[in-house]
Amino acid sequence: MATRQFFSNELEGLRNDVLRMGRLVSEAIEKSVTALVTQDLALAQQIMDGDDEIDRMQIDIEDRCILLIARQQPMAKDLRILSTGLKIITDMERMGDHAFDIAKLVLAIGKRPLIKPLVDIPIMAQLASNMLSDALEAYVRMDVALAEAVWRADDTLDAHYLAARDKLMQFVGGEVPPEDARQAVQLLLVATYLERIGDHTTNIAEGVIYLETGQRVRTK
Amino acid sequence: MTTKNKKIEVSRLCLYYGESQALKNVSLDMIENNVVALIGPSGCGKSTFLKTLNRMNDLVESVHIEGEVLVDGENIYGPDIDVVHLRKRVGMVFQRPNPFPMSIYENIAYGPKIHGLRDKRKLDEIVEKSLRGAALWDEVKDRLHTSAMGMSGGQQQRLCIARLLAVEPEVLLMDEPCSALDPISTMKVEELITELKDRYTIVIVTHNMQQAARVSDMTAFFLSGEMVEYNETDSIFTRPQDKRTEDYITGRFG
Repeated sequence: MATRQFFSNELEGLRNDVLRMGRLVSEAIEKSVTALVTQDLALAQQIMDGDDEIDRMQIDIEDRCILLIARQQPMAKDLRILSTGLKIITDMERMGDHAFDIAKLVLAIGKRPLIKPLVDIPIMAQLASNMLSDALEAYVRMDVALAEAVWRADDTLDAHYLAARDKLMQFVGGEVPPEDARQAVQLLLVATYLERIGDHTTNIAEGVIYLETGQRVRTK
Repeated sequence: MTTKNKKIEVSRLCLYYGESQALKNVSLDMIENNVVALIGPSGCGKSTFLKTLNRMNDLVESVHIEGEVLVDGENIYGPDIDVVHLRKRVGMVFQRPNPFPMSIYENIAYGPKIHGLRDKRKLDEIVEKSLRGAALWDEVKDRLHTSAMGMSGGQQQRLCIARLLAVEPEVLLMDEPCSALDPISTMKVEELITELKDRYTIVIVTHNMQQAARVSDMTAFFLSGEMVEYNETDSIFTRPQDKRTEDYITGRFG
């Protein structure tokens, strides 16, 4: 007879909910930049409204982790699944907030034409969203190699961030109307949020490696 | 609907051993198909309380009881109560497994037999069903006619649970059922409790708070004969209302 079936089922359910939350966050990130590129204000508003659901899921998952710790006294890997889960949802909640922040900037920019065609920012959004999907895939499959790949991908994300930052700083340094300078700063903030999102995914990847191996790794 | 039915209602229960009062005005309701854990330090009255639920305290000299215990709305201390029948409906498992010194089969068939059943095929059915119910069938089906005394402690305890199931009880009382068992056997009994609650109402006394946290839906904390707090297990172990409960479950007692 299998023991701790109930606990195993609960862990499985929790893991599925972490994934569900991750999909919402990943969608929010992609859509926030789509809203920016297409200047779709309704979409931006939709992302901002959707953040409540992400916050609600974080609280729900956190409560359930706490209950499982209190009631099931997890040890070893079981304990690492829960402690890592708690960290992952904290990182994801913050990523959701950054998608919210980007959507807010989209509304602030409004329908005013973009100062330049966006190159690095859409690539960053796609990268960040893929990194999150991969980090979560690594969490579910307990795949250390995939987690390490997420880490490495962050270097590419950072390179795009630096490129976007340099171009925007250069732009602001020139003779430009204040409204355009203002938009450049707003776009710089978008790039910064995406860079932060990347860092949160590397936290998740580090968590997965700890979960699987019990080893702490930190490169950043 | 049925899950919300009150199975047991205790009100203003006081119990005295001679002059000394062991239970002080205890009132609580237990819902059908719930597992209720009773926790508290030694001598707090939790085992005494458990025994009041099927009148095991009747066997102790000089016990005096006030208040009411209703099972399905009927006062079990009323004058018309058949105590033997009551203990069939509200059965008990003890701290140490106490199989009869006979075969596994006879241990299970014993209860139905003394209640008058003779049909061999019917008895076979009951033995299998009870052993399956106690998650023991697969382990013992090939040695039903060997002595129960040769089983491991954990198996013996599950045998005692199976023996109880054979007389078709409604409530299972468990008095520290795992305190003599190793961790793996303990987990098996806990798993069993979780399965059994679909069909029975279970009240378990345990010294092991973690066990109470794992298996129960409701937890009652007893201290010096008083029931300090009774609430959903989720609440008791994450945000207890009473300071004394908090001190006990966090190990800061005394």
